[in-house]
Formats: sequence, structure tokens, C-alpha cells
Amino acid sequence: MSGIGPAGGGPLRTPPARVQRRGPRLLLSVLIWLGLALALGVGAIVALNLHDEASIRPDIAPSTSAEVIARGAYVARVGNCQGCHSVPGGAPFAGGSGVKTPFGVVHAGNLTPDPATGLGAWSADHFWRALHNGRSRDGRLLYPAFPYPHFTRVSRDDSDALFAFLSSLPPVSQGQRAHELRWPYRTQWALAVWRALYFDPGAKAADPAHSPDWNRGEYLVNGLAHCSACHGTRNAWGAIADDEAFSGGRMHGSNWYAPSLIDPREAAVPHWSTPDIARLLREGRNSHASASGPMADVVQGSTQHMTDADLAAIAAYLRGLGVSTTRPIDLPAAAQTASAVAARPGPGAKIYEKHCADCHGAGGTSPVEGIPTLLGNRAVLMRRIDNLVQIVLGGGFGATTLAQPRPYGMPPFVTILSDQEVADVLSHVRTSWGHAAAPVQAFDVARLRGSLAR
Amino acid sequence: MPEAAGVRTPAASNCRPRVGSTSSVFVRRAWPATARAWLAVILGLALVPVFAASDIERRVRVCTVCHGDEGRAGSDGFYPRLAGKPAAYLHEQLLHFRDARRHYALMSRLIEPLSDAHLFEFAQYFSARRAPYPAPSVGAGGMDAQALRRGEQLALRGDPDRGLPACAGCHAPRLTGVLPDVPGLLGLPRDYISAQLGAWQAGTRRARVPDCMADIARALTPTDVSALSAWLSAQRVPRDDAPARSLPAWASGQAPQPSCGAKALQATRPQSTR
Repeated sequence: MSGIGPAGGGPLRTPPARVQRRGPRLLLSVLIWLGLALALGVGAIVALNLHDEASIRPDIAPSTSAEVIARGAYVARVGNCQGCHSVPGGAPFAGGSGVKTPFGVVHAGNLTPDPATGLGAWSADHFWRALHNGRSRDGRLLYPAFPYPHFTRVSRDDSDALFAFLSSLPPVSQGQRAHELRWPYRTQWALAVWRALYFDPGAKAADPAHSPDWNRGEYLVNGLAHCSACHGTRNAWGAIADDEAFSGGRMHGSNWYAPSLIDPREAAVPHWSTPDIARLLREGRNSHASASGPMADVVQGSTQHMTDADLAAIAAYLRGLGVSTTRPIDLPAAAQTASAVAARPGPGAKIYEKHCADCHGAGGTSPVEGIPTLLGNRAVLMRRIDNLVQIVLGGGFGATTLAQPRPYGMPPFVTILSDQEVADVLSHVRTSWGHAAAPVQAFDVARLRGSLAR
Repeated sequence: MPEAAGVRTPAASNCRPRVGSTSSVFVRRAWPATARAWLAVILGLALVPVFAASDIERRVRVCTVCHGDEGRAGSDGFYPRLAGKPAAYLHEQLLHFRDARRHYALMSRLIEPLSDAHLFEFAQYFSARRAPYPAPSVGAGGMDAQALRRGEQLALRGDPDRGLPACAGCHAPRLTGVLPDVPGLLGLPRDYISAQLGAWQAGTRRARVPDCMADIARALTPTDVSALSAWLSAQRVPRDDAPARSLPAWASGQAPQPSCGAKALQATRPQSTR
């Protein structure tokens, strides 16, 4: 066209006329192709959203067998349903206080068998479809804050048992709080696109190359127990790629960071024994580590109730995850053998002596069973300091478990230590006794103090 | 506990020469190894409380970092005194915080994982403390004498015309509280008292039903609240600050009868009225 235009003049009238004719035709064909592509896209999205859905029989009642209900209660424990579907002081399973996501707050619904506000009008098929396909009884797509990308792995047997258990609870009339999601994330079409991209429904067959123990662990970790919901790295759209399922994640709406389960400097456990892993999950602590923050909640609400066999299965799977790096933790050999290496003098040393040494020991080795030793503790040395600062500012107790009914508590120092003091004392523990982790800056403490929910 | 184990060893080694020195060979023979072991265990157990105390002191540091040594109150007027308050009252407040009936996020999140029994240990510890009180607030922050008289009247005699019972009617004549669950009202910062009355009025602080304190608080005017908190915080705590064991008979007779108050308390605490 540009070659035609400048020439101008009478004899060249026809080309512009041809352009005029060709213009609409081009536009039309572009539109047709766009329309086709759009229809294809919409078709694909719809198809992907309906993928693997069975038709619903609306009258499949829950089992009332005591044995099935008891099994369902166990499934609820493993899935930690009440962790989100209850509020402190509220009726269990009657609705939660909300899961904070980058897209807004999603409120967990009422799972008690109240017909109007709970699951009373659901059939076992509806419940299965919610777990397996992320679709509610009324056909609406569910937000994946309800971790159905994990629960899609749950077996029909476990789903039916769980539904039987929930249906055996006393019905509580408590309406669903409206989700507080921003546009467009709150729309069903945005959800449909997300699901088409990131949600793949369906169970997974057992892997014959691995032991039954490993397979059971894999089923629990990636299905019901939904470990990677916190321990996975989420992308900008909140989805977790398969190869980042255990590489650590920041927990939105809090200061907590769920450490990587494959990084030996964070929380990888290939070198822990099965009893060690089981003990952390059953008691809330072992000789290497203690669960705190959200993980203490998980131990208290879920893993402490697991059978020894299931804990051993989880241990087998976690140990088999391998490690992402062979870099050792920032701990010289001297510190691993003894705390003989002197504490570094400095402003942090005085604060440590005054507020910390009595419980955690002058050399970082706790004199009291149940209080964590700091020497060589990965939580102390981790590159990400979020949890460390959170624990010092907000304090917290370990999990209350059968084996640890009276956990010790860390005082919340937010009211008495300045940002600089917290930075000093944390830098002290990260660089004393042979530790060689990076010091903490007051700026980082200020940032985390600002987001300490009060 | 490592401490306890550490104690038993010296106790075990001490008891042997003592037995030998005070008696004959027969006695030494009559105390076979098992008996000596039992004696050591008993002596060891007797010494455990000494060390258990230091253990509980470690455990309560999570509280005292804000509420002050022995729970004598924080320095900023926000964290109230815990020392000497009735154990059942402290326990009830801990349960309220844990179960979201009373609101302070730092506190609620902190104690959320704890069992009723473990929380009661904290309540008992602070209930048994006898820490010194801060001096009463002087001058009552510019409140005039009339307002202070008004505060005194409400606290000790109530306002029968408006159906307002006296604080003393339930919180004991000397306002030091009543066992097992009515707190004392003295030795508290003025801001804390007025903040609590405000919270009762707004419904963010509650008690189990019948929640008579909420009814009473809602009947108070802003002037009443500031008069009461000024007068209460200006009072010296009596030397004997222990909560009363029961309410004297005259209290229920003289105080104007509220719709709940002493009557409701009697209904919920049969053991203290017998």
C-alpha cells in the first residue's frame, strides 16, 4: 500500500478501490479466525473444566456405619479439614475465618449436615465431585483455596468415609460468609481459565517401582495432607508447578515461610531416620527441630493423630524426595561437634544474655528438654529470616500433643525489643558458636513487624 | 526434667552415710538397696517442687514479658496486673482470649494451641503471686472533686434510682474481688479500667451468660465511666489484698438488686454460697 499511495493521479484510481474492497474482506477473515480461535479456546476451557466429571446421582446418602464414620474422622484429621473450616471457640467444621490469598480472602464453608447452610442436602456424589473436580453442589466452580488440586487425588472410599463422618456431626446453622475476592478473580470465567491452565483432575495409579509404603506416603502427602499447599512455590497465579511442589513457599497473609522440603539448608529430611520424622509429626519436636507457627497447628490438628504406619509411609516418601542442592548448611564442622566456639561479642550478645540464655543456653544448647537448641538449628541459619523474626516478635508455643501436653512458649518480644535490638540478637545467634549465616538487618525486622497481625 | 534428675543423685548419695552414722550395723542391713533407692526417690520427689518452681518461671516468661515480673502489670498501662487475681477468673479470661470471646490478636494467637489444663497452670501461678502494687494515680488526671465523689458513690453504693448496682456488691466491699472468679478492681491503671468498661459496652468483652457485667456497663454513661475509672485508679490497695472468700450477707441486701448480679452469681456458683 505504501508503494501505491504517493503516486497519486487519475490512472491509479483502481488500486485504492481494490484496497477498499480487500479491507472488509481481510477484517472479516481475521474476525472469523479470531472467532474460531475464541470458540476453540472457550470449548477447550469448558471441556477441561468438565473433564473427568461423572454424572451426579442426587440421592446417594452417606453411610451410617460406625466403622465408616470412624474412618472418615481419621480422613478428616489427615486432611486437617477443621484447620480451615472452624474458628477458635466456634463449632467444629461449621465454617472458618478465611484463607488469605493474593487475590482476596476465601471463606471456608460449613461442613456440618445442616440442610440450609451446610452439607445436609448434598449426596455422596456431590461431595465426591467437590473433592475430585472442585465443583460445588449447585454446579459452581470452587476456588482452589479449598485445596482440590490436592484432594482430587483422594480415593472414592476415603471421600465417602469423610462424607459419612461429616454427616454424623451435629448440624449447625451458620451461613457462608461471602468471599472477599477482587475482580476478575471472583468471577467464574476467570476461575474456569485458571482451572484449564492449572487444574488436572484425577487420581494417580500406584507406582510399582516403589514400595507400598512409599506409595501410601505419596498418596497422603500429595493428596489428603496437601503438604505442598504451603511447602510448594506458587507462581503469580497461585498455582504450584510439579517440580516446585516442595521448594518452599511464603504463606500469604502472614510472615511465615514454609521451608523447602528438598533443600538441605531448610527442611529436607533425607538424613533423618523414620522415627525422627515420625516423632516430629507426632510430638511436634524431635532432636533436630521443633514445629512452630502454622506447622505446630498442623501437628496439633492433624499429624499427631496419624497412625504409626501412615507416619512411616510419609517419612518414606519425604526421605525419597531427594535434595535440590548439595550445598551444606552454613555451619562449620567445629559447631557441629561442640559449642566450644565462643559467642561473638557485640550488642546482640548482651541482649541474648539477658533475654535468651536462660532457656536456650549460653552456648546455644538448651538446658531444658522441650526448648529448642539454637546451635546448628536450620531454622536459625536459614537464608530466609522471616520465621526467625516472626518467632522473636510474635512468640508462640509448640504444638500441644499427647506426648507434649505442656509445650514451652517463646515470649512475644514485639513489645519490648526495638527493630535494631531484634536484628542484633538474631545476628548474634546466626554468627556465634561457629555459625556463619548472614546477619539480620533492622530494616528487615521493621518490614516484618509491620505485617505482624495484631 | 533434667533438674529433677540432677537432684536425685546427691540426695541418694547423702542418705547413705546419715543412716549409717545414726545407727548400728543392723540398721544398715535392714535397709537393703531397694529401700535405700525408695528413700532416695522420696527425698528426690520432695525436692522436685523447688525446681518445678523454676520450671514454671521459665514457662510464664511468655506472660511476664508484657505483664511484668510476677504479673505485676506492664509499664504502659495496657497490660494489666495478673498477680493475686482469683485463679478461676484468670483461667476464664485465658479461655475467652483463646476462644475469641475477648480480643487481642497477639494474646489470642499466642495461647491458641494450649489446653484448658495447661492454661489453668498459668492462672494458678499468677493467682498465687503477691507482688507490690504501683502507687495509685495522683490527682486523678484533673477530675474534679464532684466527679470523684460520683465515682465513689457508683463503686460503693451504686445508683438505686437508675437501678445501677454498686461495684462492691459483686467485687467485694473492699473491691478486692471474690473467690473463685470475681476480679478485684484496685491497683489497675485508669486507662485500662475505662477501656474495659468501653469494651463491655461495645460487646467486644463478654462473659458467659447471664452476662450481668455487660448489662451494667451498658447502663453507664460516659461520665459514669470516667468518674469510675478515675476514682478506682486513685484508691490505695489495702494491705490485705486477697480476694474475699465469699460476699457478706449485707452486700446482697443493701445493693440495689440488679436483674442479674449477685443473684445470677449465686445461681452459677452454688459452692460459694453454701
